[in-house]
Amino acid sequence: MTPPGPLAPWYDFRDLSNAVERLLSWLSDIGPDWLVYVVSAVIGGTAIFLFVAATAVANIWVERRVVARIQVRRGPNRAGPWGLLQPIADMTKLMQKEALLPRAGDPVVFLLAPILAFGPALLVWGVFPFGKGMTFVDLNVGVLYIIAVTSVTTIVLFMAGWSSNNKYSLLGAIRVIAMLLSYEVPLVLALLGVVLFAGTMSLSGIVAWQHDMRIWLFLVQPLAFVIYFICATAEINRTPTDIAEAESEIVAGYHTEYSGIQFGLFYAVELVNAMALGAIAATLFFGGWWLFGLDRWIPGWMIFIGKVYLIYFLLIWLRGTLPRLRIDQLMAFAWKFLLPLALVNIMVGALEVLLWVEYDLSAGLVLPVFSVVNLSLAVLLVVGWMRFMAFPFHRLPSRARLVHDIPVVAPGAPAGGAA
Amino acid sequence: MDEPGVVAAFWVLTVTAVGSAVMVAAVRNLLHAVLFLVLSFVGVAGLYITLSADFVAVVQVLIYAGAIAVLMLFAIMLTPRAARDNADGIFWAPALVLAGLMATTIGLIATRTEWAVSDRGPFSQTASAIGEALLDPFVLPFEVASVVLVAAMIGAIVIVREE
Repeated sequence: MTPPGPLAPWYDFRDLSNAVERLLSWLSDIGPDWLVYVVSAVIGGTAIFLFVAATAVANIWVERRVVARIQVRRGPNRAGPWGLLQPIADMTKLMQKEALLPRAGDPVVFLLAPILAFGPALLVWGVFPFGKGMTFVDLNVGVLYIIAVTSVTTIVLFMAGWSSNNKYSLLGAIRVIAMLLSYEVPLVLALLGVVLFAGTMSLSGIVAWQHDMRIWLFLVQPLAFVIYFICATAEINRTPTDIAEAESEIVAGYHTEYSGIQFGLFYAVELVNAMALGAIAATLFFGGWWLFGLDRWIPGWMIFIGKVYLIYFLLIWLRGTLPRLRIDQLMAFAWKFLLPLALVNIMVGALEVLLWVEYDLSAGLVLPVFSVVNLSLAVLLVVGWMRFMAFPFHRLPSRARLVHDIPVVAPGAPAGGAA
Repeated sequence: MDEPGVVAAFWVLTVTAVGSAVMVAAVRNLLHAVLFLVLSFVGVAGLYITLSADFVAVVQVLIYAGAIAVLMLFAIMLTPRAARDNADGIFWAPALVLAGLMATTIGLIATRTEWAVSDRGPFSQTASAIGEALLDPFVLPFEVASVVLVAAMIGAIVIVREE
């Protein structure tokens, strides 16, 4: 930690907490203590909410344009220059639609579900370090908090599916619960690998570890990143794992009966969750606001948001390219493929950390070795386990071969052929 | 612990936790009862936070609200429709008597014990303290608990296995 010097000028926007610190120190001089807490909570909460709302609105445009380019078409370009006003058109359309309630549905639970779905999506943004001193709440158990908050989504989606009084909604809700529970286990184990190396569950502590060791945790734990990425894609119900809400499969699953702004809320929650996935991956695996010293010229929060959007682009890329998996394929993938890989990753990681601490080796020597070992192990494990567990794609014939001759009698031939 | 913020938080969380617990028994629809139970779990997690037990609070939300409540939802989904009403039952009178006796017992214990204030300050890192406690003095209960969990999983698989 840098020693506390004179307060930087409040207009130094490389660290947005400068202005806030100035305001809070002025407040603590003139008012009681609780006023400082309340004001800082209000400022931080409003800032995060505005950021999340702005990205939810902007991502409608980003997603549709990028998916369209991947599908060799243009995407929305009518509603303004390059279709930039399309999100406003979408939101207006959704807001002026009638928000229906099924006649035999459960009114309170039905109306609460989309509102509560936004809760975890918003709460998770409070622990990210946007910059060096810019974390809204720097929890000691940040990683575990993220996992706990996203696991409450399970109940909310079941509420949505059940209260619709619709067979397809209930089926979608059952599939969603089964999938979310299954994918939580490898997700937690993958993040445990990250916590193992960093030694702390606090997100700013993990970024500080990467900053001190001058290495991305993605290089030290590549298998953990892959497992986390796949599990989080399943957790937020995105293609290729959106079996629970896909139109061609189950008529939109748990949000079939929702119309108007309730559906708009579910859609916005999906986009915000995708950004949250990007933010978690950027913080834990790619260094957060730190980029090998670049944060001396570019503000840390710009680097962070850039990384989040790069990972979001990766998500959109997967959505546009991969076909959808069936529910039994998804469950088998989670339990039979990802879970053993995550366990092996933890065992190897724990062994490495033990060797590092026991023999008191220097980080500069040990971390590149660990990176190479983990990277090769990741490739070996994924390819080897896939060959062992999955359909033997590598044994399919690559070109047509004659297997054996079948005697076929041509029609009209004299040897035994009837008319 | 007498700051107005902590006291206000304590009362709000207590009303949430206890009120939702009462509603679990009082509400008619079984699904609403489970949702009030989830609210009660979250209230208890908040109470853990007022005691600076950050790890336990987060794990409470993760395990109780995220897994045990889902287990109850599965149980409700897979039972027949006729048993969905929370209100019918002839056991409400003995239940009230039992609840009253338990409340009296716990209340008397809580108010009549000479609670000693520990001179050990709050932990700076509860997660690592819990981890070290589970692997040093309490390693035997930890291992026995994992054996019990494996036995439960094998039992569940045996029960639902098709011949």
